[in-house]
Amino acid sequence: MATVTAAAPRPAAPGLLARPAVRKLAALAVVAAILVPLAHARWSSGSWPAALTVDVSGPLTDTSTWIIDNRDSHPLFLYFFGHISNAVVLAVRGVYLVLLAAGWAGVTAAAALVAWRVAGWRLAAGTGAAFLACGFLGMWVPTTQTLALMVVAVLASVVVGALLGLVAGLSDRAEKVLRPVLDTMQVLPAFAYLLPVVLIFGIGVPAAVLATVVYAAPPMARLTALGLRGADKEVLEAVESLGATARQRLLTARIPLARKELLLGLNQTIMMALSMAVIASVIGAGGLGDRVYQALASVDVGAALAAGIPIVLLAVVLDRVTGAAGEALGEEPHPHGRRLWLVALAGAVAVSVAGRLVGRLDWPGTWVLNIAEPVNRAVDWMTAHLYSGVPVVGGTADWAGRFTTWVLDPVRDGLQGLPWWAVLLIVAALAWLIGTWRTALTAVLAMAAIGVLGVWKPSLDTLSQVLAAVAVTLVIGFATGVAAARSDRVERLLRPVLDVFQTMPQFVYLIPVVALFGVGRAPAVAAAVVYALPAVVRITTQGLRQVDPAALESARSLGATPAQQLRQVQLPLARRALLLAVNQGVVLVLAVVIIGGLVGGGALGYDVVFGLAQGDLATGLVAGAAIVCLGLMLDRVTQPTERRARKGA
Amino acid sequence: MRPRIRTTAAVAVASSLALLTGCGAADMTKQASPFANAKGAKTVTLSVQSWVGAQANVAVAQYLLEHELGYRVDTVQIDEVPAWDALSQGRVDALLEDWGHPDEEQRYVQDKKTIVNAGDLGVTGHIGWYVPTYFAKAHPDVTDWKNLNKYADQLRTAESGGKGQLMDGSPSYVTNDKALVKNLDLDYQVVFAGSEAAQITQIKQFAKEKKPFLTYWYEPQWLFEKVPMTEVKLPEYKEGCDADPEKVACAYPHTPLQKYLNADFAKSGGDAAALLKNFKWTTEDQNEVSLLIAEQKLSPEEAAKKWVDSHESDWRKWLP
Repeated sequence: MATVTAAAPRPAAPGLLARPAVRKLAALAVVAAILVPLAHARWSSGSWPAALTVDVSGPLTDTSTWIIDNRDSHPLFLYFFGHISNAVVLAVRGVYLVLLAAGWAGVTAAAALVAWRVAGWRLAAGTGAAFLACGFLGMWVPTTQTLALMVVAVLASVVVGALLGLVAGLSDRAEKVLRPVLDTMQVLPAFAYLLPVVLIFGIGVPAAVLATVVYAAPPMARLTALGLRGADKEVLEAVESLGATARQRLLTARIPLARKELLLGLNQTIMMALSMAVIASVIGAGGLGDRVYQALASVDVGAALAAGIPIVLLAVVLDRVTGAAGEALGEEPHPHGRRLWLVALAGAVAVSVAGRLVGRLDWPGTWVLNIAEPVNRAVDWMTAHLYSGVPVVGGTADWAGRFTTWVLDPVRDGLQGLPWWAVLLIVAALAWLIGTWRTALTAVLAMAAIGVLGVWKPSLDTLSQVLAAVAVTLVIGFATGVAAARSDRVERLLRPVLDVFQTMPQFVYLIPVVALFGVGRAPAVAAAVVYALPAVVRITTQGLRQVDPAALESARSLGATPAQQLRQVQLPLARRALLLAVNQGVVLVLAVVIIGGLVGGGALGYDVVFGLAQGDLATGLVAGAAIVCLGLMLDRVTQPTERRARKGA
Repeated sequence: MRPRIRTTAAVAVASSLALLTGCGAADMTKQASPFANAKGAKTVTLSVQSWVGAQANVAVAQYLLEHELGYRVDTVQIDEVPAWDALSQGRVDALLEDWGHPDEEQRYVQDKKTIVNAGDLGVTGHIGWYVPTYFAKAHPDVTDWKNLNKYADQLRTAESGGKGQLMDGSPSYVTNDKALVKNLDLDYQVVFAGSEAAQITQIKQFAKEKKPFLTYWYEPQWLFEKVPMTEVKLPEYKEGCDADPEKVACAYPHTPLQKYLNADFAKSGGDAAALLKNFKWTTEDQNEVSLLIAEQKLSPEEAAKKWVDSHESDWRKWLP
């Protein structure tokens, strides 16, 4: 069980923890000593006993068939879901038509001018260039489709999120109910949200938009509540003493005071919506994600890249512009602010009218730069030369093969070979050592639910990929984090790289790994590592840097070498940050390992894809539920007693 | 004053909601894709399935619709089964190559009448189990399923865990392989490559090293021209022997591949619907375009242009 212990953070300072830890373990041992023989006698050991599973695929298939048969006749669909779906279609269509009517020049100009007003000239130029690049890559129409979908999804998410946040911010009881739900929603992989909406709405844009809203609204809600609760008490008292009513207080004091949090919420919501809008191509969202999806299905790396680059550009532009809007809040408003906005508006309209007069609304076909061919040629060259048989180091495919045979296979077989009660015990022990008995109970129940659903084996397969990926992520992440914390120059070099990597949607990571490692479990793990690294590096660096300088100074004066300082002072003092890094790493890795089902990762992700592909929603939904349970379990097992702010996208 | 403001607000919200949704019933199965027919351009949405043959059909149909009839064509990647649902809801207009889905046909064509059959594609499809011809020549008896267990040892891989490997492709394809392996008592494990492209990569790697393999494969397929393969005989197919998916113990049928259109589109789709109904070509034609896409790495549009330029007499008669 080397891997499990590698993935779990060992308490770095046993002296502090020894007593409660020993007590907890002793209690668990007693419980185990009573229950395990009973369980063993009743159901035998080995894989999850068949007697304890409930087959839900029958009822689920019936439900799915019933919905398909009644979608055009049952009042629930005609008068409720039908209207929702219709509103989504109309809204997306409206935005799409506006974007098309503005033409590529108009849209680019409008985006650049908005960026100029919000964030200044440099970002405006960057925004314009990014939009033009989308056109040059031959992706103008998919880009507008994705934009149309995003606009609707973000507006809906902001409204829903802000309303929920308002409720949670004003009422303590609502906060108590909403908080754990929102917390949990944020740790679940995006893939798990797809199936329930498909069940009701079928494949298509409405389902995609709704899944995006469900995924992207929670950060808005959390941050709105946070902002309202964080308002300065004295200001509020002052306003109250002026005789303001509750509503006036809310509108004139609390909401304006929470502007920073609201904008941060908007930023996170936009980033999550983009990430999801792209993944939702699996359920028919169309646009850029669909192009990536099509290209991945035929392992056409060049075409996938041509669609992936616009996604990355959109992500970076949206992140920077909304981020800059947040920073600009505290500053004095520009004296001619309103007039400049008018100038910007007029400019955008003028450009789009000009485009219309010239008759150049569509992106001209001759201006397309075909990058797919050269990229594919490069990939072919790589496959021929780097893929395998490189002297000494071996090729990338050899690494992938070796990683599969020497790491993934043993871990998977080890996990699947463990008696089921042993898995539950390990989960309980880890969760209890790091958290409270409550988190331990949730984790064990989640794990047991996976067994009851009858997907024990594929779930452990997924778990083995997660553990392997987390182990690699933590080794690289901690090493890089330590380096960045010790040297300012390394940190300066790393920062822009981390920024870009942290804003990229999960889907994009699948493209390069397929080119490098082919298809299978190894590329899924590689994508997960790359996706989770930035967060781990960042949290580690921050944690190490926050260590009290006085403690370091005294260690140095005692003659400790740098290695000793690190091991005996910095790491123990930064324990909480390191735990948080582990928690983040696990959550992010799981999200991508699941998506790895699209590139041959197998296990639960494959079941979801299979369910969608065969219209066999029962299989997909069961896998989706198992993913939720696995996410819950992994989060609780690594959850330090109290949380801090987490990465949004 | 306050109560009145509140009522007005409530009325405003309610009425705008009603306006937005248009009161009454909203049948979501009649709501087309928001990206269809934008800007008054006549748009056709074609569903593409992930295999190259289907891409070839769509590429040629798209080329003709755009260049001969002046339509704007959207393509969406949807696997067959979900494509039926999307077709019924009008979110896509056409499915050009269906390999036989009797349940869906009963539900949508016979009962709900939201989809209509648009005739033969002109290509007959056949699914089967194949071994490379070099292996079949060395061991002639491998081509009978009864002898497959003898070769299970030679066909073992890392992923098949102690049994022989039967390689399947994309999770979306029509397959009875798991049931077949069980019902015929074969010492094999079905391993899904994840996608057709992955499967082709694997087959090519095996062929390069002249290793034996057993794979789910189908005709027509351009790869046969690159890696000759021989079919393994399964118990003979008889009408209805594959009715119960759990109890299947027979070969796959020879299926004349079908085109399906959304019923409303078929009625009011004008020239586009007429062209798609007339679209009918041969296995050789499809393979020609597929090879251009898959082997020469042409974009589907370029491949379609090449075929269209050299086969004018064939497609002229499809035009309405």
